[in-house]
Amino acid sequence: MGVTGSPTDIHQSTASRTRGGIGASTPRPDGTLKVTGEFAYSSDMWHEDMLWGHTLRSTLAHAEIVSIDVSEALAQAGVHAVLTYDDLPTATRHYGLEIRDTPVLAEGRVRHHGEPVALVAADHPETARRAAAKIKVEYRELPLVTDEASATAPDAPVLHENRTDEHHRYVEHPNILHRQPIVRGDASAAAERADVIVRGEYHFGMQDQAFLGPESGLAVPAEDGGVDLYVATQWLHADLGQIAPVLGLPEEQVRMTLSGVGGAFGGREDLSMQIHACLLALHTGRPVKMVYNRFESFFGHVHRHPAKLWYEHGATKDGRLTHLKCRIVLDGGAYASSSPAVVGNASSLSVGPYAVDDVDIEAVALYTNNPPCGAMRGFGAVQACFAYEAQMDKLAAALSMDPVEFRRLNAMSQGTLLPTGQAVDSPAPVAELLRRVKAMPMPPEQQWLSAGSSGQEADVRDLPGGLSNTSHGEGVVRGVGYAVGIKNVGFSEGFDDYSTARVRMEVVAGEPVATVHTAMAEVGQGGVTVHAQIARTELGVDRVTIHPADTTVGSAGSSSASRQTYVTGGAIRHACEHVRERVLELGRTKLGSYHPAWATAELLLEGGKVVTESGEVLADLVDVLEEEAVEVELEWRHRPTEPFDRHTGQGRGHVQYAFAAHRAVVEVDTELGLVKVVELACAQDVGKALNPLSVLGQIQGGTTQGLGIAVMEEILVDPKTAKVRNPSFTDYLIPTILDTPTIPVDVLELADAHAPYGLRGVGEAPTLSSTPAVLAAVRAATGLELNRVPVRPEHLTGT
Amino acid sequence: MDFLRPASWEDALAAKAAHPTAVPIAGGTDVMVEINFDHRRPEYLLDLNRIGELREWEVGQDSVNLGASVPYTQIMDHLRAELPGLALAAHTVGSPQIRNRGSVGGNLGAASPAGDSHPALLSAGAEVEAQSVRGTRMIPVEEFYTGVKRNALEPDELIRAVHIKKADGPQQFSKVGTRNAMVIAVCAFGIALHPDTRTVKTGIGSAAPTPVRARAAEDFLNAALDEGGFWESGKIITPSIAKQFAELASGACNPIDDVRGTAKYRRHAVGIMARRTLGWTWEQYRGTGPALLEGAA
Repeated sequence: MGVTGSPTDIHQSTASRTRGGIGASTPRPDGTLKVTGEFAYSSDMWHEDMLWGHTLRSTLAHAEIVSIDVSEALAQAGVHAVLTYDDLPTATRHYGLEIRDTPVLAEGRVRHHGEPVALVAADHPETARRAAAKIKVEYRELPLVTDEASATAPDAPVLHENRTDEHHRYVEHPNILHRQPIVRGDASAAAERADVIVRGEYHFGMQDQAFLGPESGLAVPAEDGGVDLYVATQWLHADLGQIAPVLGLPEEQVRMTLSGVGGAFGGREDLSMQIHACLLALHTGRPVKMVYNRFESFFGHVHRHPAKLWYEHGATKDGRLTHLKCRIVLDGGAYASSSPAVVGNASSLSVGPYAVDDVDIEAVALYTNNPPCGAMRGFGAVQACFAYEAQMDKLAAALSMDPVEFRRLNAMSQGTLLPTGQAVDSPAPVAELLRRVKAMPMPPEQQWLSAGSSGQEADVRDLPGGLSNTSHGEGVVRGVGYAVGIKNVGFSEGFDDYSTARVRMEVVAGEPVATVHTAMAEVGQGGVTVHAQIARTELGVDRVTIHPADTTVGSAGSSSASRQTYVTGGAIRHACEHVRERVLELGRTKLGSYHPAWATAELLLEGGKVVTESGEVLADLVDVLEEEAVEVELEWRHRPTEPFDRHTGQGRGHVQYAFAAHRAVVEVDTELGLVKVVELACAQDVGKALNPLSVLGQIQGGTTQGLGIAVMEEILVDPKTAKVRNPSFTDYLIPTILDTPTIPVDVLELADAHAPYGLRGVGEAPTLSSTPAVLAAVRAATGLELNRVPVRPEHLTGT
Repeated sequence: MDFLRPASWEDALAAKAAHPTAVPIAGGTDVMVEINFDHRRPEYLLDLNRIGELREWEVGQDSVNLGASVPYTQIMDHLRAELPGLALAAHTVGSPQIRNRGSVGGNLGAASPAGDSHPALLSAGAEVEAQSVRGTRMIPVEEFYTGVKRNALEPDELIRAVHIKKADGPQQFSKVGTRNAMVIAVCAFGIALHPDTRTVKTGIGSAAPTPVRARAAEDFLNAALDEGGFWESGKIITPSIAKQFAELASGACNPIDDVRGTAKYRRHAVGIMARRTLGWTWEQYRGTGPALLEGAA
């Protein structure tokens, strides 16, 4: 009995010849299915005889577990297993992306609200839920660590004793997870040259990825003692490397297949239900499905780090930046997740896309009892961008300069040194992006007015408050703001960032067909579309089959850091080149004697044929291949990077950069403190748009996610209890279509010579500058300082 | 949990009498959320969806008899003229899917202070028709809300309908949420001008343990309009009157700090909404009302 709703091959073909290659807006194969509700997500899977798993989570943020009594839960009819820490099969009982500090199930102590304590498998999800409620956990509360002061106080409870990770020797307190200083030039001496100095303290709220498909998967025990796991994740092989040791199985016996992923945005980089479902399946000998509901999902994945940022900039009268001093404190919560890498990004990109020679920078991540934080779109660069862009506006105001001109004057360009001493070695059109976004036509004033039967009428949908009907124009003031940002693309700091592609070419039903097999997680970014486009361009075929992503092929790396089109796309391109060479060799062997060009000319594959550069057809691929299949699997990596120096932060840590600029136009109801974002114009350099429509979608989506944290999205954690106060979509608000403005997009394509096709990662950069642009516009409308996001009506009305 | 599915209203009343803990469910937009969140585990669910007459309404001489299960979408589409305040409130309820299922009867049954229909019902004037096997009683809506998520229904009673006064003048509804659509009220304000009686009535949502009328604000305004001859002249309401009305509306609030907003903001926002909605309704009245009054005189 197979898995219902399991992934199948995706066949894609276009109308004719080799159209649908790179640069074309080929439609997404999953698009129609998703819009019509037919797409099988990981939560839709079903298996005969399957059980339902459920997680019991801690009700306190910091407590010792005195005892756990599972007897009543086990006695309930329909319950097949109840597991706690004591039932874990091996000595490996922790996992983690960078540091394995996260318990699979709590070991005598919980460190955050909602930490997994016990697991139940039952024949119905409600039975499992009710049984979990019968597990008696006796807690003894421990003092809380909730911020930098409480984390580093002399008597602070240490959250992780006896640390052995690579960072612990370099921090002053064990509750500081990682600290990265960056020092270049002499910031204090440079400050002497400044005619104006501006300082600010900025707060960034905790944002949730809010992907719409909650964590879910299905674990099926296998006859060989292993397990087949179907799951929605961002990186199959990173999961595998954490799952197998806990189960006590060799990696070959944990076979993973990617299931339909309903969005990720970084929130699926860490494990959620993977190990739990496998443990229950292996324990019961039955397939086990786990699906979080929305409430549990808020506890089931890490969030974006809330941050406090202190910034000091100086500038000369003529508008040149003199120096930057800044300190960024990121709340990593109870476990490490990817906090160290987030610190690396926040520190190395803390200057933004500006040329500043004298810097004194420090970024730290804390261990606290707040919810664990880790990867989310923009990854450390987002928080910094909010702060440095607010600073740019303050500096421009202090110098009575136009904020866009001030930015353009200080904008980095190709060759500029980052604070890490690394030169930016590809186009950096920061000033040009700002110019373009400023040059776009402005939306009309009072755009809510339209001609009606009795003169001009207000359409409340175009006003702050929308359908809630709070204003017909009263109190409404327009503001315009600008921002620009820089995001690194790919994994940095010496990480071996590679991908694997297996490409096969053969004749099926009389047609040449390419099959692309990678472990890339399609999380909605459109990777499967682009992969087929690359194969068409390189192999000259129309029909491309995308094999389901699984662990029978090598790692593709993570679907994050805007890297998949670059790295897995690069691997596919490279594999295709090898396949092409092998096909041409085959042709020369079989058909070389029929035409001299086989031996002498540069040959291409186009429209299912072997052709010369001048377009002369030498053979049909069908005749070259006949019954043979050509298959190549290889790994491909981008240029290596190196770690940042522990003390100076110097080092060639990054491989590529993405730049985007925004202009926000907002209407603020200044009396009620409500905001309507009218337009968010964006200009972004993408190097090469492999699929222009997908690029547009990424930019509009990233822009909207940045708008969300600007005006509404925030996980509220009670500082007295460290408990999450709003784990639902009733009170964690994300933008609706009525909150989403018009987003005109101007795409630049300045090739990065080091990247495949010259492309740049697209997905994250628009999330950076959207937020500070909206805030700048709201400041312009209200005259308020507004040093935190999200900005709430209370902040705008002084209530 | 047992699922009771009466085929008729009489059967429903009998079932409720037999199982007083049964929770009635129609659209399920509130009850199902409560169950899914495990906030309540009722012994019985009493499904009212087979009772077609609950989804019907009747426009009478003075009032609309609105069946308890009439979905908000129907109110928006068909009762905009008779119940303009409620139609505006219906617009702000959840999403289109929720408006297709949710109803005023459900809002009353849940009796959440954040329910969107309450300020409109309070300002228009309404009575809740509660029925049981013992008979029928009409409960003025002001007396219906007895506490946070508590109402005046007896355990064996069901809401049959709501009798809402037809608009005899302009009505408005305004609600603050921190999103431009699909949002729970941080606070809300409803206002209805009643030229027939030369009175103004109000309703405040989500700014006190129950929905309330801003009675001091109403009394002040009614006296001021009367003394100044505003109803007859239709002249513009002076800013000082509007300001004091707004302050008194603010003062009628007894809000709390919660994840959706601070108490201070709620008081502030109710005042702003009171001033604006008074302005909108009065402008509309000036455009039509006084002429009609003169014609009658």
